[in-house]
Amino acid sequence: MPRLCELDDLKVHFPLRGTAAWLRALKDGHPSVVRAVDGVSFHVDAGETLGLVGESGCGKSTVARALVRLVQPTGGRITFDGAELTGLSDEAYNKVRPNLQMVFQDPAASLNPRLPVRRMVEEPLLLHTGLDAAARRARAEAVLEEVGLGVELADRYPHELSGGQCQRVNIARALATNPRLIVLDEPTSALDVSLRARVILLLEELRQRHGLSYLFISHDLATVRYLASRVAVMYLGVIVEEAEAAELFDRPAHPYTRALLAAVPEPDPEAKRDPFTLSGEIPSPIDIPGGCRLRTRCPLAQPICAEPVPYREVAPGHFAACHLL
Amino acid sequence: MTAAAPVIEVRDVSVRFATDYGDVHAVDGASFAVRQGEILGLVGESGSGKSVTATAILGLIRRPGRLAHGSIVLGGRELTTLGQEELQKIRGVEVAMISQTPRTALNPLITVGRQVARLFTIHAGLGKSEARRRAIEMLALVGIPEPERRARQYAHQFSGGMCQRVMIAMALATSPRLLIADEPTTGLDVSTAARILDLLRELGARTGASILLITHDLGVVAQTCHRVAVMHAGQVVEVAPVRALFAHPAHPYTRALVHSIPRTDRAIAMEPIPGAVPSLLNVAPGCRYAGRCPWAEDRCRREKPGMTEIAPDHFAACFAVEDGRAAPV
Repeated sequence: MPRLCELDDLKVHFPLRGTAAWLRALKDGHPSVVRAVDGVSFHVDAGETLGLVGESGCGKSTVARALVRLVQPTGGRITFDGAELTGLSDEAYNKVRPNLQMVFQDPAASLNPRLPVRRMVEEPLLLHTGLDAAARRARAEAVLEEVGLGVELADRYPHELSGGQCQRVNIARALATNPRLIVLDEPTSALDVSLRARVILLLEELRQRHGLSYLFISHDLATVRYLASRVAVMYLGVIVEEAEAAELFDRPAHPYTRALLAAVPEPDPEAKRDPFTLSGEIPSPIDIPGGCRLRTRCPLAQPICAEPVPYREVAPGHFAACHLL
Repeated sequence: MTAAAPVIEVRDVSVRFATDYGDVHAVDGASFAVRQGEILGLVGESGSGKSVTATAILGLIRRPGRLAHGSIVLGGRELTTLGQEELQKIRGVEVAMISQTPRTALNPLITVGRQVARLFTIHAGLGKSEARRRAIEMLALVGIPEPERRARQYAHQFSGGMCQRVMIAMALATSPRLLIADEPTTGLDVSTAARILDLLRELGARTGASILLITHDLGVVAQTCHRVAVMHAGQVVEVAPVRALFAHPAHPYTRALVHSIPRTDRAIAMEPIPGAVPSLLNVAPGCRYAGRCPWAEDRCRREKPGMTEIAPDHFAACFAVEDGRAAPV
């Protein structure tokens, strides 16, 4: 499959501000930064779903936001469809955006409460295409139908919709410009079980019908297994493991992935639980441990883990960053 | 476990909320019991009446809501007829609760140690230094590292998981008979959530407290509970031991629920539940799942099915299961 989107050593650092940051800088001798994304590389092929998983604070949403330029990368490169995005002017970047859309986590909060559904779905068409009013209207109705919303909902406002319907509007809006890649940032985490299943099936159906690619960001590992063809695991700003979905879930190599999978409560009382757990909590992205970032919490940590970790292929197509593999 | 006496019995409880458009029947004839030392899971989607049921147990239904019907018996004592003053002596002492948002349940202006110590002063009448000592013991019990130092800190200095541990410490401080845990791990990361559930299980076993665990997550239920009560649109539709519920779900809603969730240990086909949760405003009599159920017939829309025992200790409220049309899986 051809490469659609590639991230190469992407970094997003946020400088700390205010008196506390100033005092800290005085003590440490250098300004403090939050290293939210600290050298992330991965690629998404045409037509595939890459799952990006990790706990809150690992930087997965910041990666998504950098992709759609809601934050500026500090370093590294983003290539989309052969063109480098990082150096583009806003004007040139906006030419790419119809092909690169995003769906956010909170379905209701990402809609404008003062616009009817129809207007919101037409908005990307207004911005990115030369379609006239009638054509925009027709296209909006077509995508609404495609996500399972009847035309009768087109004139409603967000407060008249349920959470599941709101998320369908968000998906319709992302779909309106016929994108090639949709970044889905926890699209189902705010939904109830029954709605979640339906949104997941809808996403998969749309992907197959249009040959879409997804970057599917989630902490819900079961959903990721269902949707993703490949999965990348993020911890404290870096990718620690990457493999085909079945390979990663059946044979996790990195201790972090193993602990993450062990913590998922399986909906099956007979399921055997792996007792593998990490100690403590995720360190602050201001004071990232040197060497392997997991070593402060890893039960397997050795002195060598303080050395820089190589990211290498542990099985065909299966990469992990751990000294002990 | 089957022989254990119930700590609390909820019998035919109905809760209604008056609105300008009519009554919202949030809970409709819910019955279940939590037995001595067990963890009973109360599962359902949002709006199924799980939290309202918990609120009713605590006697905290406020206008425009009212307990329309039913009885709640805690350790042989009827709670629904008690006055607020008497309920005050039960809440927090015999029945304690931890919520979904531990951070907002803690007072941001008082140190964590003082908040826990207060319980010992109020409920056990202990002096200041003794209460403080017990508070630090409780914090250590729920696995807070360096409890002496942490006791002097404020809620904002605690992570979400640590706040929930403090809530558990406060809930268990008075050795309650029943702990109501309302979505205790929603909003926490998976690894933190797993540790909170381990803690609840362990403390439940050690202190003998019974736990009513309210959740929408069937994974949490499978890994934590002994028995499960399933709620749909305000009605309890099935009550069963956890293994039986997952191996042989009987009620059509439970079956659909079990088949609508993906798993991480193997790839499965996922089937979403048909239809949507019905409106609870001015509801028709009968089974509220009828509008979504593949086995529904006229009778289901007219009459409300009662709970029948379909296997030992396994109850379901469904005519189709009763007369064998929906053969149990």
